Order: sequence, then structure tokens, then C-alpha cells
Amino acid sequence: MPKAGSGLSLDGLGMPLWLVIELTYKCPLKCPWCSNPVDFDRYRNELTTQEWKSVLREGRRLGSLQLGFSGGEPMLRRDLEELVEEADRLGYYTNLITSGVGLNPKRLRALKKAGLKQIQLSLQACDQELNEKLVGLDVFDHKISIARTIKAEGFPMVLNVPVSRYNIDQTEAFIELAADLGVEYVEFANLQYYNWALLNRAELLPTREQLARSEAQVNAARERLGKKLTIYFVVPDYHDQRPKACMNGWGSIHLTIAPDGTALPCQEARLIKGIDFPNVREHGLDWIWNTSPGFNQFRGDTWMKEPCRSCSEREKDFGGCRCQAFLLTGDASNTDPVCAKSPNRHLIDDLISGAEKRESCGSKPLIMREGGYPRRTDVI
Amino acid sequence: MEIERRISPDDVVELNPNYHFRWEEPQQAHVLLYPEGIVKLNQTAAAILEACTGSSSIAAGTEELSRRYRRRDLSAEVLKFLEVAHAKGWIRVKS
Repeated sequence: MPKAGSGLSLDGLGMPLWLVIELTYKCPLKCPWCSNPVDFDRYRNELTTQEWKSVLREGRRLGSLQLGFSGGEPMLRRDLEELVEEADRLGYYTNLITSGVGLNPKRLRALKKAGLKQIQLSLQACDQELNEKLVGLDVFDHKISIARTIKAEGFPMVLNVPVSRYNIDQTEAFIELAADLGVEYVEFANLQYYNWALLNRAELLPTREQLARSEAQVNAARERLGKKLTIYFVVPDYHDQRPKACMNGWGSIHLTIAPDGTALPCQEARLIKGIDFPNVREHGLDWIWNTSPGFNQFRGDTWMKEPCRSCSEREKDFGGCRCQAFLLTGDASNTDPVCAKSPNRHLIDDLISGAEKRESCGSKPLIMREGGYPRRTDVI
Repeated sequence: MEIERRISPDDVVELNPNYHFRWEEPQQAHVLLYPEGIVKLNQTAAAILEACTGSSSIAAGTEELSRRYRRRDLSAEVLKFLEVAHAKGWIRVKS
């Protein structure tokens, strides 16, 4: 996926170069930073194999090139191999984004045969105990073993580390492990605070000191390892002064299809209230991408308010993230409050200061991803 | 950190096997596809990659380009681009 923190601007000529299909919201893990909606279990009407195939065909016609099979846990779909085969036939570069749970040598070989190009495997900690605490399941040994099988089968692999206060001090250990596994890429994805991560933000946000140490370790490892291991470090935008060029701009190059067929400019966008996002069951992808009001809502810059409207950087960062503006200020067309020019920046500064004053990890429980949320007693 | 060897005209270079290089009709351009990335190539870059990667030497590929584009002394330009491509990990020297 385009790195959320990347300042790189890619001209897609108005085409959805990146298509992410979230095959299901179901997942055996309970990660307390899951990017799926907090009420994920309300969406049970997953697209069928034929419906997904039709999405794939229409996506290629619109110019999509990179395809991510995501979720939830995409391995839970028994038709994954069939969909990968169809995607490969259509000419996509196919990426599997998985926790590794449900992946075994037999399915890996079937996926290879179907034409899968790349696997992104998540790892949450470098030891069994912390990993189990963070994902709610004892899957560490399986993840390591499946990582070795992925490499043995000849897939290029990204080891994806969702970074929080809990695991950021393992940065060096993650790099060592990645080098030992022989993966080509490791991605330190500092958490972005939406949905489940937002519920747990106070506990997950790292301190400035932790972050500085982690980044220094990443830079030292880059020097040491050179081309053997490419390390991506996705900056946590709260700690930055400039907003991220989120999704390279709304409806610019990125298209996500949620399990129920809802088409979104990013995987989080359905959290913005008041936008009617189109569904592939009711509309063609061409109309959805080019014409639907949802995808045009924040295209270009006419929707912008001050300070974005007159800002010289508005074509560089597109005003930041619409979801973040909505979540933190209540209005999705406001400047992303991460921006130092935003009148709401104090909201972010307060959160960072709060992180410095907290008690140690684990003094407050994390809200693990589970069905049935929000419960009546919970307040979002 | 390993010292990168400079590329010489006698080398045979190949595309990194994790990279896919092909013509993309909707973009009207050659593209490189790789894990989590897309590079859109201009005509010159695509022509060099096409001619100079695979089984023959860079020098032989350069000669072919010279014939095709009726231009002499392309060697420096080709090497310069291939060194950039090598540094980015798009190609590797065949052993």
C-alpha cells in the first residue's frame, strides 16, 4: 500500500493504481489496534467469489495495477487461491496481507502456483509472551515457522510490524529477526489512530524518547545492512509537524473494497459520518471511481478551508487525512489537526504530553478486538 | 556496509526477479511492479532496460540501442542510468 506517511506523490493519471480488497472482516486475532471498524461483526454480507472476480475485472479496466488481498484475515476465505489466480491472469501484481494464521505449506504452494507475487506478514513482538499478549492468541511460533516457509517457497516478503509503545523497544530485535529470516523488507508501521487503535490510543502511543531511539536504531541498521534489507519506517503522524499526504489524496490512486462491497477511498473512510459510499453490488466500478459523490467529496482543493485553502503545501499533503480531521475535530473538511498550522494542533500536543505522563505498560488493560462491540456500557 | 562495485560495459545484468517489467496499456508506458511499489518508466529508461538486461552484455545492448536510435556514444548515458537502477535494486549483476 502507499505508505501513509510518505511524502512521495505518484501521478496515477486519475486511475486507481492501488486496489485493496478486504475479503472478510473475520480474523482469529484480537489486535487492539485493528483497522477494521469497531462494529466489524455487523457486516456479514461478504461478496461472493463471482462478485469479487467481477470487481477484479472492472479494476483492471480502470487501470489498477497493484492488488492487495487483505481483511480481516484473507486466509479465512477458501476461495483465496481462485481469486489470486484470476487476478494474476488479469495482470495484477498480487500482494497477500496476512497474519499468517491459516497459512500452511500446502496453501502457500497453491498460492505460488496461482501466481501470488508477494506476501506481507505481520509480526507484533519478537517473543512469544508479548506477542500473545498483543494479539490474544499463542501464534508466535507459527508465524516464525510460516515466515521461513514463505522464504523457502521463494516469495519476496515484507515483515510488517505494527508499532506501539508496547513493542517499539524491540526495534533492534525485529531487525535482527528479519535479517535472520532473510526477508527483503521490514516495515515499522507506527500505528495510525483510527477505529480500535483510537479506542486504545492513550495506552498505545509511544513516547517521544522511545520514538527517537527507535528511529536512530533503524537508521544505524540501514547503514549496516545496506541493500540486504530495506527498512521502511512509517512515521507516526502525531509526532510530526506536517500532516501525511494521506492516500496520495482522496480518490487519487487508492481504492478499497470492504467485505460487503462498499467502495472506499481508504480502508478507514467509512468512519466518516454523512458520506454515502457506493457499493459494487449496486454500481459499476467506473461510476463509483469517476462519478460517485463519495469519491468526489474531497478531490482537488475546492473543498478546503483555511489554513489549507491558501497554504503553499496544499498540493503536497492535500490537507492531510480526512478521517483524522473528522475524528478529532468533528468535520472531515477541516485541516488535519496534526498540521502545525491547524488551530486544533493543541489536541495532538495534549495527547503526546499525556503519553509522557502515563504509568507503565499494562497498568491499564487494552480493549481487544472482539465482536459485540460497542457494548452498552462502553462509551466511544 | 558492502562496497558497491561500479557497473562496467562488460557486465551482464538482469532484472531483480522480484520486479516485473512490462508495458501497461492504460498508462501508455512501461512500468516496474514490485512489492508495494510501482515505477512508471519513461521511454529512454524502458528502452535501456529492455536492451541491456538479460543474457548479453551491457556493451552489446548499448550497440543495439545505437543502431535502433541511430545515435553514437550512448555508452555513458546507458551506464549512468543502469547505475541508478542498480542502486535502487531494480537490476543485479549476473554472476
